[in-house]
Amino acid sequence: MSILVDKSTRVIVQGITGQAGAFHTEKMLEYGTHIVGGVTPGKGGTQVQGVPVFNTVRDAVRATRANATISFVPARFAYDATLEAIEAALPLIVIITEGIPTLDMVRIRQRIEGQPIRIIGPNCPGLITPGACKVGIMPGYIHRPGSIGLLSRSGTLTYDAVYQLTQVGLGQSTCIGIGGDPVLGSSFVHLLDLFERDPQTEAIVLIGEIGGTEEEEAATFINARVKKPVFAFVAGKMAPKEKRMGHAGAIIAGGKGTADEKFAVLRAAGVTIIESPALIGRTVLARLRPAHPAPSPAR
Amino acid sequence: MKLHEYQAKQLFDRVGIPVPFGVVARTPEEAGRCYETVRKQRLGGEGFVCNVKAQLHAGGRGKVGGVVAVRSAADAATAAAGLLGRRLVTKQTGAEGLPVSAVLVDERSTLARELYLALTIDRFHAQPMILASARGGMDIEDVAATAPSAIVRTPIEIAIGVSDAACAEIARQFQLTGEHPAICARVIRAMWEVFQAHDASLIEINPLGITTDNRLLAVDAKVTLDDNALFRHPELAALRDESQEHPLELKASQIGISYVGLDGNIGCLVNGAGLAMATNDIIKLSGGNPANFLDVGGGANVEQVTNAFAIILADTRVKAVLVNIFGGIMRCDWIAEGLLKATQQLEVKVPIVVRLQGTNVEEGRRLLTTAQRLNLISVNELADAARKAVELATA
Repeated sequence: MSILVDKSTRVIVQGITGQAGAFHTEKMLEYGTHIVGGVTPGKGGTQVQGVPVFNTVRDAVRATRANATISFVPARFAYDATLEAIEAALPLIVIITEGIPTLDMVRIRQRIEGQPIRIIGPNCPGLITPGACKVGIMPGYIHRPGSIGLLSRSGTLTYDAVYQLTQVGLGQSTCIGIGGDPVLGSSFVHLLDLFERDPQTEAIVLIGEIGGTEEEEAATFINARVKKPVFAFVAGKMAPKEKRMGHAGAIIAGGKGTADEKFAVLRAAGVTIIESPALIGRTVLARLRPAHPAPSPAR
Repeated sequence: MKLHEYQAKQLFDRVGIPVPFGVVARTPEEAGRCYETVRKQRLGGEGFVCNVKAQLHAGGRGKVGGVVAVRSAADAATAAAGLLGRRLVTKQTGAEGLPVSAVLVDERSTLARELYLALTIDRFHAQPMILASARGGMDIEDVAATAPSAIVRTPIEIAIGVSDAACAEIARQFQLTGEHPAICARVIRAMWEVFQAHDASLIEINPLGITTDNRLLAVDAKVTLDDNALFRHPELAALRDESQEHPLELKASQIGISYVGLDGNIGCLVNGAGLAMATNDIIKLSGGNPANFLDVGGGANVEQVTNAFAIILADTRVKAVLVNIFGGIMRCDWIAEGLLKATQQLEVKVPIVVRLQGTNVEEGRRLLTTAQRLNLISVNELADAARKAVELATA
């Protein structure tokens, strides 16, 4: 078990003929992901890496029985591309694209309200169930199948965290980068619940960042609903107070938003705080496998 | 992208949000003439009171002399001379402050009440929302901190817009009477119109004033636009005032590098925003001070690494540089080659500590070691690399 993606996931790539789309299609195929089709309007009938290209998501889904999509469609067309995927009722939509207007994401979130559709991203590295399925742009080889669920707002910091876990011998059930934009398809809260119910997942690692209220919402949820051990690192402890305009940001946050405040609410919810970004793997290991101290790093 | 008050008020005026009559000036002489224009427009006599308001991309100017009341054209010119060309430091600008290159001269009204009205996005619920408080004015953040229930949040259904019920509730909360509930409703709807039409991320009216002669006016205006949506509003690009942006930050953003100047002496070059923040954190944890936040972006090629070094070293306080790269798709050996070329090209003198991790890391480290550059030190572990950088910066 794992969450959201596994061996049975059948993926189409939106924007497959673009540079990033084609490159990562190759990488995902190498990892063993079932990439069953691609979509680029006007390029239907061609192939990329042996994968058939269709003009519309609808055509692609009809021909391939896909149940997930990963999108590299440029920001200005991403709204329409996402609507296409929603209309084709794909249950999992992963948006890698960076720079999508916030109001477009607001409209997309409203559009899927109440529907059994999960969006990951945008502006994210995607997700991976190690050894089974990669729907994203992360380097696959750093992952190992295992029992740690990982949720992160970052890209490369996530890779570093995964790398550290793998180094200390802790594999991962599923790793998800939820993205760095103001409005996201899925929040920590939505995904924590899936990990809590997933029998393979033994513990959850959260990698947060300053700003927004993702971590605060997560803390509330963990307190009420999560029994599994949760670990958290929040990047940006040393960041200066943002230069800003107006008061609305401060009012909404209501004193929330800094790394210290996020650490405090997470700690109060019973989460184990990871003090340094260099100690992610070792902190988790020390708590979960106290009998197996981490090998000291090579100097 | 932030707009100046005068630009925001021009947008407001177009959609019928009542604003005080005002004119923007860029020289003291112009400010004097603007005073006369405003006085005549408002049929004011001798001693008519105007504000000369510094235009800058931050709040808090009222508390630091950025708004001056004047009673003659000569006063207006003097006030403008005192503001133009200066850097104004407010609690929202950071220590360097922001330059003032324009002032808004407008009618000063005596306010009986100050209300607060804003529109922004509730990120977590993915909904636009109205923020309203009867306790507007300069201390709104204190109100938020001490009496959060005095600020009422009303979500907007994006498909429906602002409902009559929401407007009525806000008018009730504002304790408006007479014509004012209807005017207030028009203001809220117009704000929403501006928000959608221009892809704003924030519209704030603070204060929304009720004058002693019973007019409802947007006395101050703040508008921030969503940078991601600027591609569909080419007409708004002309409103950008680059003088309000940190010169290095601006230069960096133009070449796809995200840079924020800090006040330490250890330059940082990192790929990815989260990792860049974490790198700053670990430098502090190791007892040092980062000189900057820098995210070189996804494609850390030779050109981009060279550009990033040029930006970091433009800050002469930098005594050492910490490079922290996690090679994913971008392989560590390519990054190492880029680093070697870039530092040679720029003749970098300060020590550079490099921590590489990820794809082809062995080859990357081998390249760095065999190049035998005295000031290029490869360290495998992040914590050790940070300690080394701190040690070199303080040596």
